[in-house]
Amino acid sequence: MSEKLTPDTDLTKPVIPAARQGKKSSRVIEHFVAPLEDTPLAAIDNVDETAAPLSLWAEAWRNLRKQPLFLISALLIVVVLVVAFFPQWFASVDPTSCTLDNSAEGARAGHPMGFTLQGCDVYSRMIYGTRASLMVGVFTTIGVLIIGGIMGALAGFYGGWIDAILARLGDIFFALPLILGAIVMMQLPAFRDNRSVWTVVLVLVIFGWPQIARITRGAVIENRNADFVTAAKALGLSRFSALVRHVVPNSLAPIIVVASISLGTFIVAEATLSFLGIGLPDTIMSWGNDIANAQPQVRNNPAVLLWPAVALSITVLSFIMLGDALRDALDPKARKR
Amino acid sequence: MSNHEKGKSVSSSAPRNDDAPLLEIRDLAITFDTQNGPVNAVRNAHLTILPGETVAIVGESGSGKSTTALAAIGLLPSNGRVSGGRIIFDGEDITNASAKRIIELRGNSIGMVPQDPMSNLNPVWKIGFQVKETLKANGLDGANSKERVAEVLSEAGLPDAAARAKQYPHEFSGGMRQRALIAIGLACRPRLLIADEPTSALDVTVQRQILDHLDRMTTELGTAVLLITHDLGLAAERAEKLVVMYKGQVVESGPALEILRNPQHPYTQRLVNSAPSLASRRLQSQKAKDALAAAVEDLDDPADAAYTGEAPMRAGHTASSIPAAAAQPVKAARPAKDGERKGAQAGETILEIKNLTKVFKLRGALGKTTDFKAVDDVSISVPRGTTMAIVGESGSGKSTVAQMALSLLAPTEGSILFDGVEVNTLKGKALFDFRRRVQPIFQDPYGSLDPMFNIYRTIEEPLKIHKIGNAKSREKKVRELLDQVSMPASTMHRFPNELSGGQRQRIAIARALALNPDVIICDEAVSALDVLVQAQVLNLLNELQEDLGLTYLFITHDLAVVRQIADHVTVMQSGRVVEASSTDDVFSNPKQVYTQELLNAIPGAALLV
Repeated sequence: MSEKLTPDTDLTKPVIPAARQGKKSSRVIEHFVAPLEDTPLAAIDNVDETAAPLSLWAEAWRNLRKQPLFLISALLIVVVLVVAFFPQWFASVDPTSCTLDNSAEGARAGHPMGFTLQGCDVYSRMIYGTRASLMVGVFTTIGVLIIGGIMGALAGFYGGWIDAILARLGDIFFALPLILGAIVMMQLPAFRDNRSVWTVVLVLVIFGWPQIARITRGAVIENRNADFVTAAKALGLSRFSALVRHVVPNSLAPIIVVASISLGTFIVAEATLSFLGIGLPDTIMSWGNDIANAQPQVRNNPAVLLWPAVALSITVLSFIMLGDALRDALDPKARKR
Repeated sequence: MSNHEKGKSVSSSAPRNDDAPLLEIRDLAITFDTQNGPVNAVRNAHLTILPGETVAIVGESGSGKSTTALAAIGLLPSNGRVSGGRIIFDGEDITNASAKRIIELRGNSIGMVPQDPMSNLNPVWKIGFQVKETLKANGLDGANSKERVAEVLSEAGLPDAAARAKQYPHEFSGGMRQRALIAIGLACRPRLLIADEPTSALDVTVQRQILDHLDRMTTELGTAVLLITHDLGLAAERAEKLVVMYKGQVVESGPALEILRNPQHPYTQRLVNSAPSLASRRLQSQKAKDALAAAVEDLDDPADAAYTGEAPMRAGHTASSIPAAAAQPVKAARPAKDGERKGAQAGETILEIKNLTKVFKLRGALGKTTDFKAVDDVSISVPRGTTMAIVGESGSGKSTVAQMALSLLAPTEGSILFDGVEVNTLKGKALFDFRRRVQPIFQDPYGSLDPMFNIYRTIEEPLKIHKIGNAKSREKKVRELLDQVSMPASTMHRFPNELSGGQRQRIAIARALALNPDVIICDEAVSALDVLVQAQVLNLLNELQEDLGLTYLFITHDLAVVRQIADHVTVMQSGRVVEASSTDDVFSNPKQVYTQELLNAIPGAALLV
């Protein structure tokens, strides 16, 4: 029973096994043939021409439409966007007309969330603060996508010394905590004197790109040796064109997912910097600034701090949920076939 | 009662009637709940396995063969359920048995050998541990478990089992891993072993050794085997009983050899006609067939002519009755026609590989590199308008040769002459023009088309790269190409993920043809396809060769396919050419032991002749 066979590697066996003749059973085996009507023969491998053609994006969209997570987050994001573009539709009170008469007053008709210590309308400030927060989030994400995407794609596709240099460069920035780096940067005179949405965006991009670069690099490496890239090269396509036309479009899915999640975290970073007093200047209304200003009265008038914080949380949460929904829809493993 | 029952005594607990079925599946229906509603994967399936019997389920992918077997061991995926019928194991209805009962049965009574030896062993545990795990789960983990593990492994044909048990899966070759999995499957002496494509991922010679061994072990232990395979030849060779499944239904079942020699259901007939391992001669294009039929008619033998026209691939045994003189002019006529089209000399060598060597530097410890000769002094010459096959097992260097012939990889030494011009020194414009004349088709139909490009863009891409025509003429060309590969024109708005493997491969062929190349290099182009689809693609390639005068360099591990498509064969083994000759020579009179071994390992080769 424990007779040993020669190992697989030994192919020089002198005895060549003859071709096998098959097994015959001594039992009587019934020969069953199904009636043809039961399973009519289909043409071999014919194309189903009835179904509508679907690109991967269309398929992802069809998938997304049914996800409650996506529907809720998309609805919230639409609301936030509309508020950011047209705050005057939602608040009739000027957020900058503050009178100390109203200092720390409670809610009353026309002022549903009460007043700050300076006598400004909390609700109105919350509505008008949306724009700055969202701008920082969106533009930082765009900047990070451009820089991180290009760095990651080049590093992943070409490999070798380009990869080594870009990867180390990314690691250097990665090693600096975003907030810590931003605090130091914002203290530099050039930044301190010109504080605006754009300086905050610039600082966040400088410290935020390595993450996207890493994701892009991984996705590109996964695709660069795919057969369709080799086929394109064999057709005469240059390496760079192959990268742009074939590799990058196929690497987009994970990048989109990470980008939408980090959009939320950039909004948080802006709020944090503003809270620390080194983000947006006081002249620009933002949730971070409002939270910072409300902090001293957190014990006797917490509502003033609560409302901008709630707005911030809901916005960030909706982007993170969107990212999750996208991850499910764009997951290559979930694709049919 | 029968000799299959010999040696069965190891695990028998209660006396049982030998002819009472061990596993009986009656009117089984399995439904999967998918996004697009419930899908009936299996309907009215029935099969019976008697103790000690080997039964094979044959079918193409998606026919429900694995699903049926998995249902018997309660391993259906979470969205699948048995929606009708009964599964009876040893007289006990286990259709809706509790999870606890199924777990009791697994391993002990029903063993399983999974398909992919590469992913079915946990890479972080030693082989011995994984065998012991099975013994433990089934309460067979006694004081002498270590010896038992070694014993089980050596039974499965692993030499030096005690030492091997201390190794990790990555230290094993594919064949050895499959042996380890067989050891695990049989460790607890189950009465039924379900082997799901146990050797599909392995080379033919290894496949044969493993199956031979499995056969011997199960016969000695009296284990019944349910073998799941897509290969009709292999099934007929290994099983007493065949069950042919098609679209979730059993279309034919019965004694293996009888089904093979006298298939009744039209689907089975199709399958038998298409199985490459059972074919015994080269495919012929429609034109050649017509000419041949006419020639035979002249000789007043209409019966043969009709037969040749209908079942070209199975016609092996009638081939001898067709006068050699009749076949000869057809063969000779082909290169002459190519010559017309290409304006070149018939039979002239278009691709010549001379003393080609490729050395890869393998990185070792501490920055040391070792040289690995993947291709060693290989010379091949391919005449225009013919098919040259390079055959070899994994690691033989055949694909490396293809990469170098495509100028995607630089050779270490030697030269590749395409139409008299050295390929490796080509640069810029000359290389760009070379790309136009030599095109590849790859193995994996799922990887070779860009999933983001629709079919129109995919086929148009080569024309665009080479700046041929305008948008309108390109669209016309795409339509023509789709027609050439027998795909409806409406396909061009579709995306690769909507097409099956065979359809994608046809699109890949259309893309390769777009630039009117002289040579197409097929790297395992049909290996990933189901038998019927494979036959269809091979036929297509053959017709295109006839019509367009193409030259193929056909890289494959499957000698059976070589028989159907190639005019000449080069057999490679560990980077060297072992034998090179015309296909007929190699098949009828192999000079080398290795070639002979490869030929004999083709499953089912000897069953039909």
